[in-house]
Amino acid sequence: MMKILAVCGMGIGTSVILKMNAEKAAQQLGLDADVEVADISSARGAATTADLVLTSAELAAELGDIPTPVVVVNNFVDSDEISAKLSAAVDSNG
Amino acid sequence: MPERSLLAFLPEEAVRVGVSAEDWRGAVRAAGERLVASGATTDAYTDEMISTVEDLGPYIVIVPGLALAHSRPAPSVLRTGLSWVGLSSPVEFGHAANDPVRLVVGLAATDHDGHTGALSQLARMLSDAKRLEALMTAPDAGSVRQIIADYERANP
Repeated sequence: MMKILAVCGMGIGTSVILKMNAEKAAQQLGLDADVEVADISSARGAATTADLVLTSAELAAELGDIPTPVVVVNNFVDSDEISAKLSAAVDSNG
Repeated sequence: MPERSLLAFLPEEAVRVGVSAEDWRGAVRAAGERLVASGATTDAYTDEMISTVEDLGPYIVIVPGLALAHSRPAPSVLRTGLSWVGLSSPVEFGHAANDPVRLVVGLAATDHDGHTGALSQLARMLSDAKRLEALMTAPDAGSVRQIIADYERANP
């Protein structure tokens, strides 16, 4: 089971939307994945047990240097973008 | 069971189109005013939504042309609600990929769970590019709510 962390600023808005579309994308790709959400203040800690982090460019910069691969999403409702980026990240990380 | 209907969180007084805003602060403020008008928040929440962007950047612009203005659950949130402000002229939020913004959706939540059904419904509705364009170019508030009502009827 792959663990994906959707990171947003407050944990109530953008991450909820990102989680929904990430789950849809993972399903399309046939990935056995569990998507959790975290706000930016708890994300660095939560990321240590995740296989992949999904977030926006601004918040990726805010996260700084973390060992978990970070995938930057521009359009949070575009499941094609999310599944393409998810697929590329899974391929490059085994 | 959490409420899933978008319209239940988006009463008539929470929706305005053709709103003019000078900059991103004005646009977020307009979305905050609609949350106040519908009884979801106090004025303090509007300032909190602006602070969120000042602190964390324009990450709330999550779709090309659309900002999801929000802060966190706080005493300034009286009940969970949404607002909808279509701008007469687009404004820059400083987002590298998704500027300029034509539509600001305001979100106020009393907790972390009660609104997730409605928000997922919103995300599904917006994921159709054609429908998103129709929503962004709707001539008045009644048309916006009608498009949402039609969507919800077709996707219960």
